[in-house]
Amino acid sequence: MSNTLFDKVWDKHVVRKIEGGPDVLFIDRHLIHEVTSPVAFLGLKSRGIKVLYPERTFATADHNTPTINQHLPVADPLSANQLKALETNSNEYGISYWGLGHQKNGIVHVVGPEYGITQPGATIVCGDSHTSTHGAFGAIAFGIGTSEVEMVLATQCIMQPKPKKMRINVNGKLGFGVTPKDVALYIISKLTTSGATGYFVEYAGDVFENMSMEGRMTVCNLSIEMGARGGMIAPDETTINYVKGREFSPKGEAWDKALAYYKTLKTDADAVFDKELTFKASDIEPMITYGTNPGMGMGISHDIPDAADVEGGAATYEKSLGYMGFHEGDSMIGKQVDFVFVGSCTNGRIEDFRAFTSLVKGKHKADNVTAWLVPGSHIVEAQIKEEGLLDILTEAGFTLRQPGCSACLAMNDDKVPAGKYAVSTSNRNFEGRQGPGARTMLASPLVAAAAAVTGVVTDPRTLIEELV
Amino acid sequence: MAYDKFTILKSTGVPLPIENIDTDQIIPARFLKATERVGFGDNLFRDWRYNADNTPKKDFVLNDSTYSGEILVGGRNFGSGSSREHAAWAVYDYGFRCVVSSFFADIFKNNCLNIGVLPVQVSAKFADKIFAAIIADPKTELEINLPAQTITLVSTGEKETFDISHYKKDNMINGFDDIDYLQSIKTQIQEFAEHLPL
Ligand code: SF4
Repeated sequence: MSNTLFDKVWDKHVVRKIEGGPDVLFIDRHLIHEVTSPVAFLGLKSRGIKVLYPERTFATADHNTPTINQHLPVADPLSANQLKALETNSNEYGISYWGLGHQKNGIVHVVGPEYGITQPGATIVCGDSHTSTHGAFGAIAFGIGTSEVEMVLATQCIMQPKPKKMRINVNGKLGFGVTPKDVALYIISKLTTSGATGYFVEYAGDVFENMSMEGRMTVCNLSIEMGARGGMIAPDETTINYVKGREFSPKGEAWDKALAYYKTLKTDADAVFDKELTFKASDIEPMITYGTNPGMGMGISHDIPDAADVEGGAATYEKSLGYMGFHEGDSMIGKQVDFVFVGSCTNGRIEDFRAFTSLVKGKHKADNVTAWLVPGSHIVEAQIKEEGLLDILTEAGFTLRQPGCSACLAMNDDKVPAGKYAVSTSNRNFEGRQGPGARTMLASPLVAAAAAVTGVVTDPRTLIEELV
Repeated sequence: MAYDKFTILKSTGVPLPIENIDTDQIIPARFLKATERVGFGDNLFRDWRYNADNTPKKDFVLNDSTYSGEILVGGRNFGSGSSREHAAWAVYDYGFRCVVSSFFADIFKNNCLNIGVLPVQVSAKFADKIFAAIIADPKTELEINLPAQTITLVSTGEKETFDISHYKKDNMINGFDDIDYLQSIKTQIQEFAEHLPL
């Protein structure tokens, strides 16, 4: 029988099927962080049960950690308490714990791949919706709620109905200044934020085949923003070269066995999807969002569409534009920018900092802009320094912060003030996401860089002479 | 965590006819710092419900005593965004046992089912009718019958059936959760784990 990549990985992990109910799915790797795990551990305690496979769970602190002075005690008592709980729980149950200050600490979806915890063909969950990032390796990876975190700790399984399957093909060659973030924002703008609800997506076509692992992670990361449970890309040479030799990757004989398994991970030629969509790479330009959900995005040179031309209620659309202080028909070019955020599990990897730096090189940060450059992990931070990017950034008036989720969800002090505008490389522009009243425009690191040096929304193609 | 059993719920509803209500609105991230599951109801829809100085926003529906009840009726694509179960806890903790919408985001729906809030998906047409009925008369009652899988607009008798898996339905009727079940098949899980490629 011909199967999709998704079927192959899913079916291999089904412990039991329940008649008229969900599948019991075995989870290979479980990632936890401070925010969504404490109540799960309380649950374990009150039931008096242990963690079944502590070696399959990995803990890192990221969501509410500060991004400056990480060597000092965390000032906010609530955050400090949550971080302490993660440490205590990890120690008590024998889970590897990468807390603040630990060399391996960083955003959960950035460090997982960096240390080889993420593997092709694995099932991976985490109490964070952007767990879909790990799908870039051909893993089935998705976000879960705290009750499910407790389930995985207790039994290494969760219960899920098998989602439907969608394939999204993007073929051709991406234009000048068009990055993986733009590809994802473009797809979401076409599908809307609920267009893939109930589906698991496979991305296929030469655009993804030619993409680096970092780019694939950016794309899979954003799958959740169109409602999909997750997204995945078939592993190939690029994937295997990335995974090989990392700390938690299989070694020796185990590697040979794993490699044989990875090679089986592709959709059969005649496999059928419940839905299939195809886009042209040449239709995609640098994107920016103008509203309060990631589906409200458009090519940066376009004007904000009229309510009549978008799906959904006009009242909701107007509420959204009202919040942003924008109007139908406005051009985004030239809009005010107060903050620029480069970071998050969407765009906090080395390639993103390379792209940002390539544009700001030889220019200077605009005086009206506060820029937060936050690497996704210590590895990214170290690489920025080693590659000499930090010198270029410093020269251009930028400083680098320490790793963490930061202004992606503003649980720490990195909050955009009410009414201020931020161009952000993160994943959500919901009302208040980056601080109460904050107004977020999602974009790529290149668009962020163009805003950072000009102080207004600017098409990066007008500033770059060379292709990145 | 075990929760109250759910069979039949007859109640007035609170209307929130806004589309794409995301979990950052249901419970903003800055309220996710607790290490226990208490007090989330106070911050349900925090930034729509309160001004920056913590005074209630008069025009928000939760601050309008005309509307009350254990059923929250939301616009299309309810619960999109983050996987935070805190959003479902906030809904439950505030006193809602059921959310009605013409479309739910996946993870939110799952989280609700796991903690004893029943998500009832109705057709867009029926959702419009419910909104209109509640706005015309806030005393309008809805009856949610889980065993029969029906939702009825009590005043007119109009009803629709809704989907839920047998497994989840039994769980909700009996107040069981998935961990009880998974614990019971632990040996099978351990045997299965021996034969995995990774
Ligand atoms: S960077 Fe943002 S989306 Fe990613 S894990 Fe952190 S909070 Fe979640």
